[in-house]
Amino acid sequence: MRDNTMSTETPGPNITSRPSGRAARERMYRYVLLLCAATSILVTVSIVVLLARDAITFFTLVNPVDFFTGTEFLISRNVYGLLPLLSGTLLVTVISAVIALPTGVAAAVYLSEYASDQMRSVLKPGLEILAGIPTVVYGIFALVYVTPFLQTIGLPVNTFNILSASIMVGIMIIPMVSSLSEDAMSAVPDSLRQAGYGMGATKFEVTTGVVVPAAASGIFSSFILALSRAIGETMIVVVAAGSRPRMLNLSDPLANLFQGYQPMTAAMVQINSADSVSQLGFTSLFAIGLTLFVITFLLNLLSNRIAARYREEYE
Amino acid sequence: MTENEMTSNESTEPTPSTETAASSPDPSGDPLIDQSIDVEGTDANAGETGKPVIESRDLNVFYGETQALQGIDLAIPEKQVTAMIGPSGCGKSTFLRCINRMNDLIDAARVEGDLYFEGKNVYDADVDPVALRRRIGMVFQHPNPFPKSIYDNVAYGLRIQDQTEDIDDKVETALKRAALWDEVKDQLDKSALDLSGGQQQRLCIARAIAVDPDVILMDEPASALDPIATSKIEDLIEELAEEFTVVIVTHNMQQAARISDKTAVFLTGGELVEFDDTDKIFENPDSQRVEDYITGKFG
Repeated sequence: MRDNTMSTETPGPNITSRPSGRAARERMYRYVLLLCAATSILVTVSIVVLLARDAITFFTLVNPVDFFTGTEFLISRNVYGLLPLLSGTLLVTVISAVIALPTGVAAAVYLSEYASDQMRSVLKPGLEILAGIPTVVYGIFALVYVTPFLQTIGLPVNTFNILSASIMVGIMIIPMVSSLSEDAMSAVPDSLRQAGYGMGATKFEVTTGVVVPAAASGIFSSFILALSRAIGETMIVVVAAGSRPRMLNLSDPLANLFQGYQPMTAAMVQINSADSVSQLGFTSLFAIGLTLFVITFLLNLLSNRIAARYREEYE
Repeated sequence: MTENEMTSNESTEPTPSTETAASSPDPSGDPLIDQSIDVEGTDANAGETGKPVIESRDLNVFYGETQALQGIDLAIPEKQVTAMIGPSGCGKSTFLRCINRMNDLIDAARVEGDLYFEGKNVYDADVDPVALRRRIGMVFQHPNPFPKSIYDNVAYGLRIQDQTEDIDDKVETALKRAALWDEVKDQLDKSALDLSGGQQQRLCIARAIAVDPDVILMDEPASALDPIATSKIEDLIEELAEEFTVVIVTHNMQQAARISDKTAVFLTGGELVEFDDTDKIFENPDSQRVEDYITGKFG
């Protein structure tokens, strides 16, 4: 009907007609899609807001300076010092990084530069399976196999110790490092490898002197993502690292490895699942959580900055 | 004339094989070069060609089932520019990559026959392709500087060869020889990727000559460049031939005519149809097929 009126007004090809309702439908699609895209942001923002709100409640009762510099964490005595928990988190992060970063990069180098297609088709899914194992399994493995193994080879580890938990965290994040690093190395154009070989470089020289530096930004951001994963890892340390907050013993660094620690994540689990805990103790959960969030958020930000800054335009 | 060369070369053939069997590089190397000088003696009567530094004999290359080169016999003279021309897929780049064994990097590639570099068959079992490539530099079709500073690009070859003395001087010399020094001397720390395409290609030439190789292979080095950058590269190639043996693959016949002393014409199917002085090839080729190709009737 509208077609007719339109065509009488404007003779010629019928290209001006528009079924009523189409524009409204198009608008609706747009808003539904926008809603889906916005959901993740909305959820993130509300989590941050709620975390911050409860953390602020905590900080009105506990001086933030005491919280961030306190060397003791004992809910039963209303002593909330972050440093012992931070010690645990720091140890897990450093030890797992020492294990995972070199191994992950070496695995990536092998997959990207050395492995035959056949080998790669076996190894890559293998690494992906490693990434799919539930972390509680890693934790139990640490407690039941890694700790006794460390004792067998003569290390004076306690039943619950940060070393075996960190070893398993390290193994858990290897696939993350290797897969992202391999992507970065595979993206290095073949013309650069040819240039290296043409100069009389060996395969190892081409790999270490050309491919790895050219992929450095991708490798580095894989490190940071893996580290923030290690910092946030919970289940393994809950199961295997013990439940006692402890300060780093700087006078005997090696001894630290053999003791149990309670990283920030494990402390949060313990507070949350405690039978009875004071209101203040409960809100400390949010202060720790907010701190954890800020640390990983800053790391991810750093990773993005690095990736953007060093992104090479090869061609 | 090509055939004369081949027959005279064939007479020397038993010598290299016995000498390489002795497998003591230095003593065996010298007599071989003497042999080559004898060959030059016969050549000198025919024209003014240098002694051959690279010689292929019945060289065949296969990619899987496809034959890319068919029985190539070719002697490349020292310190001259030898051009390889021909239509796409004629095998000219394949031949170039046989010389420094870059074809080793392609799994499907298979090389049969002999290719001598200074009298030594580079396909002998005791030849280390890495050592070979340190004496035969290569410049590629697209400029491929490393994503490092200009300085580090030129120093790369020196460093992997542990020539760590006087790197600054050697980098400066290489950049000067590559006619790039004046443009980059104040910004050696800048990323090579910030240079223009023509500058990048001259940087790649500087990188190749910094380690002072004997031969420089160039695989269509100007095909990705604009006319002004191309002309700079061409001038540079002619200068380089005073010190290096230059082998250049090009699809640009005018370029071959402008800059080369010798020209090899490959035609479809990986066949070397004619190899002679460049003037002869472009003015009065023996083969009708070469003439048709040169005059644009075919290809």
